[in-house]
Amino acid sequence: MEKVGIVGVGQTTYERSKEAPVDELVFEAASKALKDAGGDMGHIDNIITVSNDFWDGRTISSMAIQDAAGSWGKDISTVEGDGTFGTFYGMMRILSGSFDTTLVVSHMKGSEGIMNLITNAMFDPIYQRSLGIDATSSAALQARLYMKMSGATEEDFARVSVKNHKNAKNNPLAQLAMDITVADVLKSKKIAEPLKLLDCSPISDGAAAVVLANEKGAKRFKNSPVWVKGVAHCSDAYSLGYRDLSRAPALAEASGRAFKMAGIKNPLKDLDVAEVYDAYSYMEPMWYEGMGLAKEGGGKDLIRSGATEMGGELPVNPSGGVLSAHPVLVAGMARLIEAVLQVRGEAEKRQVKGAKTALAHGINGPCGQAHCVFIVGS
Amino acid sequence: MTEQKQEKELLAISSGDAAQPFRWSVGKHGSKFLAELRDNKKLFGVKCPKCGRVYVPPRMVCGRCWAQMDEFVPVKDTGEIVVCTIVQFSFVDPNTGIQRPVPYGYAFVKLDGADTAIPHFLDSTDPDKVKVGARVKAVFEEKRTGSLMDIKHFAVL
Repeated sequence: MEKVGIVGVGQTTYERSKEAPVDELVFEAASKALKDAGGDMGHIDNIITVSNDFWDGRTISSMAIQDAAGSWGKDISTVEGDGTFGTFYGMMRILSGSFDTTLVVSHMKGSEGIMNLITNAMFDPIYQRSLGIDATSSAALQARLYMKMSGATEEDFARVSVKNHKNAKNNPLAQLAMDITVADVLKSKKIAEPLKLLDCSPISDGAAAVVLANEKGAKRFKNSPVWVKGVAHCSDAYSLGYRDLSRAPALAEASGRAFKMAGIKNPLKDLDVAEVYDAYSYMEPMWYEGMGLAKEGGGKDLIRSGATEMGGELPVNPSGGVLSAHPVLVAGMARLIEAVLQVRGEAEKRQVKGAKTALAHGINGPCGQAHCVFIVGS
Repeated sequence: MTEQKQEKELLAISSGDAAQPFRWSVGKHGSKFLAELRDNKKLFGVKCPKCGRVYVPPRMVCGRCWAQMDEFVPVKDTGEIVVCTIVQFSFVDPNTGIQRPVPYGYAFVKLDGADTAIPHFLDSTDPDKVKVGARVKAVFEEKRTGSLMDIKHFAVL
């Protein structure tokens, strides 16, 4: 396969209520990504935007940010889903042979709509929506089943929250950087059993952008690319009632394919750092298992061992993860950007020493219906 | 909630009164534009540092030049119709829930000093007056709240 790399990355800060409208957030992230790449909009052959009509409160929401994304006179297309999926599509457009460079932008203003109503609306209106089911209460169902399957406890989930919020203290872009204890998490407000407030990611605003290039396109930029070594995505059934919620077979499939492409045999050993989509604390150990970092039911042991803390065998979410800022659609792209910064050695206080190979993970749909896994390396 | 359709038992589920409210931030540029309109009945655009176009209402990015715009310039409350129509079908205004009486006219109006056009209502449904190129002038509401609807309509001169 032709090589595709990430040559520039840009992010806004992540906050609860940002003043800037979506187009300004996109312009900021895209400007930063191009500056980081050491190039300008003239070097970009095509653009992918990532947006969702319900979150933006507009029909064909991608149209509203195209000017700000630099689309004037360029080919532009859109993904409605996580930014990792948008990046995957941006890569495909290069691999199609039509383009040498792609700018991918994602944005979210979670503060402008009502999260429960918007995520309720992702469920089937005929048989499910009238329950009031939303992202959080469905996550509670999955957490419950995962506990039963794996023996993981609420304390184990709390450990994830403690670790990631602590890591966020080293990330100036994070929204919730905190020193908290397992006891703090356990006694935080009950949201939907077994989830408490500190098991849940916040509502966030922000934007992110990446510049992709093949070897030919990368020569246009001053910065050197971090190469995509492996990437794959896979989706499970739409209805929660058709899925085994305690496991993540779509993640196993996606990560397995990405590992194979990247030549990774033992991900726990071969990866130096991982950024995973921990929208809720329980997801992190569950995704460990899905990715083969731990055997089935062994996610709790990995978190208990400290192996995924900073300084451990495989630090997971040095950025603070999604628990520390959750701009939906942007969050997976933020994971990818963090992975790139780690491989470059530019992750500042959250740098994992000597990181050469990093994993980034994004999800779509309730309870991780679809997963996208990137392996990037120097 | 279940509606029975015709005699063939083809059922459907109604959304009922479901609503999705939003609160869209208008940013610094939009805030200045709307506040000047509300407080002073003044209209402002923003000028692109590269191509010199004046955008009304002001936005931060000139898409054509992919440049940030920060220079506010006043524009007049008079202008001309760029394009217009007289609407003959009735609909419920999604912003007010009120059925708008028909016919009514609306247009995109290029204010004097601006290079882009804003949409608004016209005071006339006379096809001899409501024409591309016709001169118009903003009529302001007495009570203004910080929205483009602080202009009541444009009077066709």
